[in-house]
Amino acid sequence: MKIVLQNLTKVFPSRNKKSNEEVVAVSDLTFTIPDGKLVGLLGPSGCGKSTTLYMISGLQKPTGGQIFFGEDDVTALSPENRGVGLVFQNYALYPHMTVKQNILFPLQNLKGADKLDKNTMLERAFEAARLVQIDNLMDRKPSELSGGQQQRVAIARALVKMPRVLLLDEPLSNLDARLRLQTREEIRRIQRETGITTIFVTHDQEEAMSISDVIVVMKLGVVQQIGKPQTVYDNPVNLFVAKFLGTPPINVFKAQVANGKLVINGEAVLDVPGATDREVFAAIRPEGFIPAENGAMTCELSSIEVMGRDVSIVSKNEAMLTPTIRSIVDADYKISATAQNVKFDLKPHKVFIFDSETEERIYFGGQTAPETGI
Amino acid sequence: MKKFLQKIRFEEWKAWIYLAPAVALLLVFTVWPIINTLRMAFWEDYSIMKELGGTLGNEFGIKNFEKVIKYQGFIDCLKNTMLLTVLTVPISTILALVIAVCLNAIKPFQRFLQTIFFLPYVTNSIAIGMVFEAMFNIVGFGTNNPSFGIINNILGVFGADPINWINAGSGYWQNIAVLVIYIVWNALPFKILILLGGLQSVNKQYYDAAKIDSTPRLRVFTKITVPLLSPMIAYVVITGFIGGFKEYSSIVGIFGDDMQAVGGESLNTMVGYIYDALGNQEGRASAAALILFAIIFVVTMINMYVSKKKTHY
Repeated sequence: MKIVLQNLTKVFPSRNKKSNEEVVAVSDLTFTIPDGKLVGLLGPSGCGKSTTLYMISGLQKPTGGQIFFGEDDVTALSPENRGVGLVFQNYALYPHMTVKQNILFPLQNLKGADKLDKNTMLERAFEAARLVQIDNLMDRKPSELSGGQQQRVAIARALVKMPRVLLLDEPLSNLDARLRLQTREEIRRIQRETGITTIFVTHDQEEAMSISDVIVVMKLGVVQQIGKPQTVYDNPVNLFVAKFLGTPPINVFKAQVANGKLVINGEAVLDVPGATDREVFAAIRPEGFIPAENGAMTCELSSIEVMGRDVSIVSKNEAMLTPTIRSIVDADYKISATAQNVKFDLKPHKVFIFDSETEERIYFGGQTAPETGI
Repeated sequence: MKKFLQKIRFEEWKAWIYLAPAVALLLVFTVWPIINTLRMAFWEDYSIMKELGGTLGNEFGIKNFEKVIKYQGFIDCLKNTMLLTVLTVPISTILALVIAVCLNAIKPFQRFLQTIFFLPYVTNSIAIGMVFEAMFNIVGFGTNNPSFGIINNILGVFGADPINWINAGSGYWQNIAVLVIYIVWNALPFKILILLGGLQSVNKQYYDAAKIDSTPRLRVFTKITVPLLSPMIAYVVITGFIGGFKEYSSIVGIFGDDMQAVGGESLNTMVGYIYDALGNQEGRASAAALILFAIIFVVTMINMYVSKKKTHY
């Protein structure tokens, strides 16, 4: 089921009657989610990603714009009639029902032609339970389950009625680190097996990058960039997206473009053909540094962290806007921990420059804007 | 004794001193009356002794209980009490639940309506009883020009004949019907308050989840709201039963302290019987009070047992 959002807008009226400050949670959102894909809505808290999800579910009515499932306009439909499955952030399992009763619940609501007999319902419930591997816990109450198990029950309950769309609100936020890693693989697997178009919301960029077919990066209700995770990472359209994706985070410097060269802290560090002279922000991915004796960029060495396969060099520079400069280089490079300074050459495709006022990307050399759409 | 007192540290004495006023009041007004009730109930000739200045007989036994149980007046009181309780508790609980759910569902005027529904709780029950009496009464009953109360007038609008609810010669079941309406109305506010409080603490996400799963409204009510409210429902049922067995002032409010319509059957209750017997038969009154206590105790235990099985927390 393809999902189309068209100029979707959500404005919350002001809570305080005296001030007329409205909150624009989602502003003019337009994008298409292709059939059968796993899409991650990504952004810091308050960026409107959950509101978008709830508008797709029907629990919140958009102030403007339209939502299409396939060719059907579902904007005016209530959640009951949309055929979506939703997994809540804290699961919202009915505490007084067993796992089996919880999973059966949506099936027992089916009416008319869709009505199922008891055996079929049980079969479907067990099928869904097997898919998320909780078929041995069917007679437990939610309070007797771990967070990860509750999460699976919630997914089974959402899947059992074979929804057209599966929505997950911060599906991993209540799980511990190890379980999170495991569960995100599970979500990926379940989505692949069922082929249901799935949208999930997260503020964790790593989570979104690792399992999504497509990520949608949002900020203050406005979509910043949509694309395949690798594309967005390799080719951010503005400084916000560049800073939001990647661990360790990208290193940002105050810089200038002068005579086709990028100048950081008075040093010409890179040729940037095609960029006109102006003040810019230069952002360099940690893996974009190559230590070199006669490197173009000089930084004051703070410490070296050995991580086995890689070495992480922590350094400083007058022009940096992040607290430290962190570069990850191959362990083959031998750098003396006692050295005062460290010099780097830069990989041009790991360096992005942004206009210092609009924070929009300035493309140079072979860099081109990412394809819009998915 | 001295050694024992020395063992208790000063801090503990301090605690006891702080508690002393409350303990003294409890001893005088709760513990002593309870002991006295037991004494009077089992002291067979208490009433005679009191009259004669305490010189005759001091036998202990269960004669008072035997007399009370065999006495037809007491049996009638027990029957009235049971009937009123069994009728009013389920009706008031179900009504309160429906009203609480409706109140919870509306946004405008919620506070205002909440206040209105709570008014009976802060109004004197005798006063309310008199108002109910006026509503059901027929002024000038038996004359050529009777004036009907509002209830009969409303019935008249629908073409029904006026009913003799509480006047002379009115039937037992008419009397009971008036009492049930009055008691239910009087019991509603407390129950609504408790259930509304429970409803407002239910996580809204359960309802969102039910909506996503296209759950019909009635099913949301029976499968989600009621089970999640079950601890509160158990609470109002248990307190309702206890209150029901102690029903008294409502009957006085409507029928006066004769506890019956003129020429009608007695509507007296257990507590009414105890009050009546207190005049000169303290022994029987005490015995009846203990019987009432035993009944309430057993019913509450049954309630607790059932609710433990039915509530999910």
